[in-house]
Amino acid sequence: MNTSVTIAGVTLKNPVMTASGTFGSGMEYGEFVDLNRLGAVVTKGVANVPWPGNPTPRVAETYGGMLNAIGLQNPGIDVFIERDIPFLKQYDTRVIVNVCGKTVEDYCEVVDKLADQPVDMLEINVSCPNVKEGAIAFGQRADALFNITKEIKKHAAQPVIMKLSPNVTDIAEMAKAAEAAGADAVSLINTITGMKIDVNRRQFVLANKTGGLSGPAIKPVAVRMVYQAAQAVKIPVIGMGGIATAEDALEFILAGAAAVSVGAMNFVNPYTTAEVLDGIEDYMRKYQVEEIRELIGAVK
Amino acid sequence: MPEKKKITAVIRSQTRLAEGIYDMWLVTELAREAKSGQFVGVYPLDRSTLLPRPISICEVNEARNALRLVYRVAGAGTEEFSCWRPGQVVKVLGVLGNGYPVEEARGKCVALLGGGIGVPPLLETAKALSRGCLSETESQACDGDRNVLAANAAGGTANTSQVHSFLGYRDANLFLEEDFARYGTLHIATEDGSRGTKGNVLDALRGSGMKPDVIMACGPMPMLRAVKQYAEKEGIEAYISLEERMACGVGACLGCVVKTRDVDPHSHVHNARICTDGPVFNAKEVEI
Repeated sequence: MNTSVTIAGVTLKNPVMTASGTFGSGMEYGEFVDLNRLGAVVTKGVANVPWPGNPTPRVAETYGGMLNAIGLQNPGIDVFIERDIPFLKQYDTRVIVNVCGKTVEDYCEVVDKLADQPVDMLEINVSCPNVKEGAIAFGQRADALFNITKEIKKHAAQPVIMKLSPNVTDIAEMAKAAEAAGADAVSLINTITGMKIDVNRRQFVLANKTGGLSGPAIKPVAVRMVYQAAQAVKIPVIGMGGIATAEDALEFILAGAAAVSVGAMNFVNPYTTAEVLDGIEDYMRKYQVEEIRELIGAVK
Repeated sequence: MPEKKKITAVIRSQTRLAEGIYDMWLVTELAREAKSGQFVGVYPLDRSTLLPRPISICEVNEARNALRLVYRVAGAGTEEFSCWRPGQVVKVLGVLGNGYPVEEARGKCVALLGGGIGVPPLLETAKALSRGCLSETESQACDGDRNVLAANAAGGTANTSQVHSFLGYRDANLFLEEDFARYGTLHIATEDGSRGTKGNVLDALRGSGMKPDVIMACGPMPMLRAVKQYAEKEGIEAYISLEERMACGVGACLGCVVKTRDVDPHSHVHNARICTDGPVFNAKEVEI
């Protein structure tokens, strides 16, 4: 049985990764899961300088999911290079660094600093709904996405994954724009913009008013978008959005995802990544699937 | 630090202590590692409410492998918990956060200030402070606190803490006060004046005329702000336990942050994580 997948020339021992922002740089979850088992760790977004993030409350539970408006709090690339990359390099897993910024220059500065670092791929966050500048501003218009992708590709030493927003009219158009600009892969979906109101206090629950919805509640939307993106482009698609079980992960793979990420469910069950991987292997045994690659996009 | 884990626990008992306040004992191996001021994440069984609920540890019974959680019904999750019956098997995540610095407070006069649902986490603290280094006679003396004070003044044991518990409630519907009375001197404050001092725990502390060496507090944010101010003015070391909406409980999501005086170790932006860097902080270090 072979669970390995290849994305932009980088081979992952299995398709199970972590969604950016839900796993830190692995330190917090290393107590629960053996990081060596993961196909890749995708880090929390890192910017050129430290970002303090949004005021609290930053999180709220919703039916079958949660809203967050963390606002990309991060220590900046210098601390990240000094601390987080060496931590991750102790493990036999691929390292994918998620990059965020307010301007194209910010993104490129981080990408430049990562050029000589031992990281396997870059994931570019153009889809965070919780920061006022940058991020989603680049991810909701095809021309803006094309331009930033093209610019980042000029600077990047590693393969570039563009992380797409579901808060668009036509996900296929966005995936195509990333591909046309030279992206090596796309990942989706980021969170869906949402809102929760406390009726007793007559206030927004989140200090930021809006937040990104994640968790099992968004999975059908995510599977649909992954399918549409996979139909539209030739580059690999990485699928995520509410994955809680192996069955969920397999839905994404069958819809066309070359790899999958576990996101909000890490917060609910810190063993989710390992359980998803175990379940995928059980499924392959049950259906005598020799190569997981046979399953990618198998449902047309 | 022992490893955190998500494991099953069995409800041993559950009783209602006051309006909306429940007292639940869980049998779980987490009891072996739990300390005062730490918390656990308790999972609703209803899968539409996914996140673990952070609940402070009220008491630890190591011999029986049991944790006591006293909580307030605040929403769908805790509403469900209040319906759990003995024998029910549930999931808990723990042990989370750092506790009160009990060891550093040994030999000192400690005021525990608990307001409302901030009262429960101080019970294990009171218990921990009043045992351990004490000999049996000294423990007995601790109930009659004045004797201990006198013994210490006379150059008695340095590691005996004098525990004064100041518990604040809205009205005469008190809870846990009898438990606290076993571990030091009890002072009650009620907002409506129906029991003890009329006012809050700080009014009761001021009214007592005592000046503690250390304050350990838990309660609503306005109370903790007042405690921080009071402690700074009086030059008293104070440790406060903070609360914030949390998702993961283990330091990954960055949901539950508090502004800090110094640069935080994680993100280097003056934002400590309440779940992992706290929930107990030196009051001087947080901007609340």
